[in-house]
This record gives sequence, C-alpha cells and structure tokens, in this order.
Amino acid sequence: MALRKRIWSSAPYLLLVISVVPIMVGYLWLLINSFSTRTEGLLPVGELTLNNWSFLLETPFGRGYPSIWRVTLNTFLIASFMTITVVLVSSLAGYALSRLNFPGRRQFLSLTLILHAFPSVTLLIGIFFVLRTLSLYNTLIGVGLVMVGFEMPFGIWLMKGFFDNVSWDMERAALIDGASRLQVWWQIIIPTLKPGIAALAIFAFVSGWNAWLVPKTFTIGAGKQATLSVYLQNFQGDTVAVDWGTVTAVGLFQLIPVALFFIFTQDLLLSIYAGGAKGGS
Amino acid sequence: MDLKLSTERGGIQSPSPVGVPNQSSKVTRLRSKLGAYGFMAPAVVLIVLFFFIPVIILFILSLSDLKSANFGTLQWWLPSNWSLVNYTKIFADRFFSKFLGNTLFYVLTTLALFNFGTALAIALLTTHINRRAGFVFRLMWLLPRLTPSVIYILMWRRIASRVPHGIINQFLGPLGITSGEDLVTALPWLFVIVVNGLIGASFGLVIFSSAIEAIPRDFLRASKVDGGSTLQTIRFIILPMIRWPILFVLTFQTLSLLTSFEQILLLTDGGPGLFRTEVWALRAYHLALSTESGNTQWGYGAAWAVILVIIGIGAAVIYMRVFKFDELVQEPKIDLI
Repeated sequence: MALRKRIWSSAPYLLLVISVVPIMVGYLWLLINSFSTRTEGLLPVGELTLNNWSFLLETPFGRGYPSIWRVTLNTFLIASFMTITVVLVSSLAGYALSRLNFPGRRQFLSLTLILHAFPSVTLLIGIFFVLRTLSLYNTLIGVGLVMVGFEMPFGIWLMKGFFDNVSWDMERAALIDGASRLQVWWQIIIPTLKPGIAALAIFAFVSGWNAWLVPKTFTIGAGKQATLSVYLQNFQGDTVAVDWGTVTAVGLFQLIPVALFFIFTQDLLLSIYAGGAKGGS
Repeated sequence: MDLKLSTERGGIQSPSPVGVPNQSSKVTRLRSKLGAYGFMAPAVVLIVLFFFIPVIILFILSLSDLKSANFGTLQWWLPSNWSLVNYTKIFADRFFSKFLGNTLFYVLTTLALFNFGTALAIALLTTHINRRAGFVFRLMWLLPRLTPSVIYILMWRRIASRVPHGIINQFLGPLGITSGEDLVTALPWLFVIVVNGLIGASFGLVIFSSAIEAIPRDFLRASKVDGGSTLQTIRFIILPMIRWPILFVLTFQTLSLLTSFEQILLLTDGGPGLFRTEVWALRAYHLALSTESGNTQWGYGAAWAVILVIIGIGAAVIYMRVFKFDELVQEPKIDLI
C-alpha cells in the first residue's frame, strides 16, 4: 500500500520529466555539437574541438559576409532601440491613459486592446510599402520601428495596469507642490515602477534580439544590415553545404543573453510571458 | 507654469481629490489636455504608421493587380485600377481547398493537442506537485518561446534528421520504429504541429496554472474530505472554476495559430512537395513577400492577407466584448489638473 502510494505521488514528476525531454534534447545537441568536429545523433564523432568558435576571431562562412561582431552589434542596436523606445513610449501613453482625462481616452484604450489581440503579422505586406515610402526599407531603424510598433499595444496596456496600481497620494502631493505632469511622471511614478519596467524591458529586448521574420522580410540577405537570426539562417539553406559546427556555435553565442535572462530573472519572465505572448503561436 | 501653479495653490491646506479640479482655470485645463496629447503623441504616431496606414494600403493593394512585372508602372493607388478580381481568384485557385484544409487542420490539431490539451495537463501537474518544482518545470516549458526561432528550428531539424545525424533516428532506428529517413520530410505535419505546439503550450500553461493556484485551497480540501478522487476534483472543482481562462486561451490561441507561419516557413517552407504544409498566412507571405520566387504578386497576396485581417479585427472586437475588457476601460482615478 505504501509503495503504491509512493509510486502514485511520484507519477506527476515522472510525467513532467518526460514532457521536457523533447524540449531539452535540442539544447543538449547544440552544446555538444558546437564543441565537436561533427556529431551523430547526440554522440560526438572525432575529438572535441574549439575550432567551431573561431568565428569570434575571423569572419565565418567565407569572405563577402559581415563579421560576427558587426552582426552582433546590429542585433544589439535593434534590441536596445526596441527596449528603450517601447518602455518610453508605453510608459508615456500608459501614464496618460491611467491618470489623465482627455477626449478620446476611452476610444484609445479600446483601440489598444483591439490591437493587442490583433495579429500584426498580417500587416507585413502593407508595412513593406510604408517602409519603402519612408526610405527605411533595408535599414536597421526601419526594422526596429516596425518591431516597436508591434510590441506597443502590449506595452501600453501593461504600463497602464502598473500605473493604475500606484497609489496617487505622493503624486497628488507633488502636483500640489507645483510639479508638472512630466516631472511627476519622471521623478515620482517611474521610480516606483522599476520592477514592472524591468519586465517590459526584458520582454522587449529578448523579442528584438531573437527576431527573425521582421528583419528577414525588411532587409536583404546576410548583408551589412543582418541581425544574428537572419545571418544564422542564411547559412543553413538547402543549397549550400552547411557548416554545422559553426552554425551551432553561432547559435549558442546568440543564446547567451537569453540564457542570462532565463537564469537571473525567472519570476519576471513567467509573469510577463503570461500577458505578452501573442505572436508566434 | 510650475511657479505660477505653486503660487496659485499655495494657500490650500488640505486638498481633497474632488475639490481641487474645480479650482483650476480654463487655461490650465486646456494646457493639461494638450499635455495629455503630448504624452500620447509618440504612441499615436507609431500606431498610425504601423497599423492604420498598413491596413489601408493592404486593402487598396488587394484591389489592384500589382506584381513584379508592373511594379513602378501600375498606379495601384488610383481607384480606376481597382477591381475585385483578386478575391474571385482566391476561390478559383486550383489549390484553394488544399490551403483551407491545411489551415483548419493545423489550427484545430495544434490547438487541441498542445495549446489547450498539453497546456492544461502540464498546468494541472505543475500545480499538483511541490510549488518550487512546479515553477521550475513551467520555466522549462517557456524555453521554446524564449529561444530565437531560427535556433529552435535548427535544433528540430537535427532532432528529426536522417541517419546518421538525426537524434530520433539514433534512438528509435535500432528499435525498428523509424527507418532512418529524414522525418520532417516523411511526416511533415507531425513536426509542424509538435514544433509549434511546444511553443504555443506555454501561453495556456502560464495562464491556467496561475488560475488554478488562485482557487481557494479549501475547495480542494473539501473535495478530498468528501472522498473525491484526483480526477473528480479536476472534473468538478478545478475545470469549472477556470472556465474563463480556458475560453480566453482557446479564442486567443485560435487567432494566433491562424495567423502564425514563422515556424512553418523555417521548418518546411510549406513543403515538402507542392503545398503539403502551406497554410493561409504562409500563402499570403509567399505570394507577396518571398523574394526567392522572382514573381512577387503584391496585389493577389494582399487579398489573402486581407481575409486574415478581417478575421483578426472581428475576433479582437469580439474578445473585448466577451471578456468584458470594456469594463477595464474605467475612468481614471486622478485628474487633478
């Protein structure tokens, strides 16, 4: 009886462990392969090597392609631009929607909600023409702006919720003392919202850092505007011989910041992805 | 403005939230309204640029016959060049039923098996066990969503690859279950669904598990005291109490799946063969934005996308009503100045 009970109580753990195997096995292979000459299944063939990581010092995949550092810088710029802009724009708009009464407020709030549920990927064809008109096609700033636009409805909604939960006594005191709305926003409210803003910032940074579809659609190939995802995908096409060792090492390299967030900001991640996940599937 | 305000307000001893606005003059009110628009301006510009204008362009494009052959010469924005030909063309497409069938199959199967089914199962399991352990498992389920799609698909390609590279073949090959061929080519739908489903499940998982954790413990204890089995507790206590989150996840994820194609594009590109796994959203992308074909059809592709846009707007508006989001749109608590 006791044994049966013990088996019964460990069954959930067993099921959960089995459920994460398909998820974890890919990362395991990525790690093994990036330090191997080649792999068969999960087993390295030949000796372990650091050769795959030579891309850090010299341009991988042949001349004519930008170096990894150029591409990393591009990706970093896009991700940081997204982080700063999404946080700034959403917290400005979120503050106004939470605190100020102005004509059009209700409509704008409903619109934000509709846009949050709306699948923005369906607009890529239209956006292609907007970017061409603005001469932003095949530029980093164009890609960054599009992704900021996509994240914004979520950001505004999230920030509005944060502002709603801030007690307004301090704010009232500051206003009565003669501070302007902008001063109150910057000096009183924003500092009390640091955790929420950190969550939104991480979300924006990771989605900018990881993005593939938007950069791929609005830039050309693995050129000077390439981001890490576009660059990496370019070298595993069906037509060329794939250098799996370098591809996996570059992949692991791209995963570093994501892994850091994953390890150090777990609580924030789980809470933010509950509300933020809509694209993809 | 600051100085002026502080002298004006200097005499107020104990301001009440209701009393203060009455004392502000018309000028300051106007100023505060302008200020509000200042706060909103950047967001409005972005929404106009990347939502409103693209929707309008998309609709107009879908009425025109813009393609690479006449790009630069066709004045697609002139009403005289508009017609509904693209829409009749969609339904007359030789593969129309294929695309529609693929889309329905993909959305319904992935939703049932993963975005809802697996999400609920994992949520029940992780809330049943030790809290900390449950948290760790949920976090691991979040990994596919956090991983760049290119790397995620790279891993799956290798997992499903042929002998000797493939990981599944390495383990199941010797048992005679797989024959060593490339499994994405052999079973494209299975992998499209699993690959998307493992990403999609985390959305429902996070929402369901927080909803389950919010159920008062007494309810579950009462069920146990009354002799209810685990399955009965789930069926009669937990499921009824999380029916709103369930409805929310089902509707939200249906729309997400209907319009998502990034992973399919990376994994099978709609193949193998002719349109084997080509879904509606991917069809629109291939027609209008894929640079490989050399024959880009913006007009026709836009018509495919417009249908998704209409479904998207309709669904978003319905969610707002059903989930009473309008009630969240309450009046602001403070409007002092």
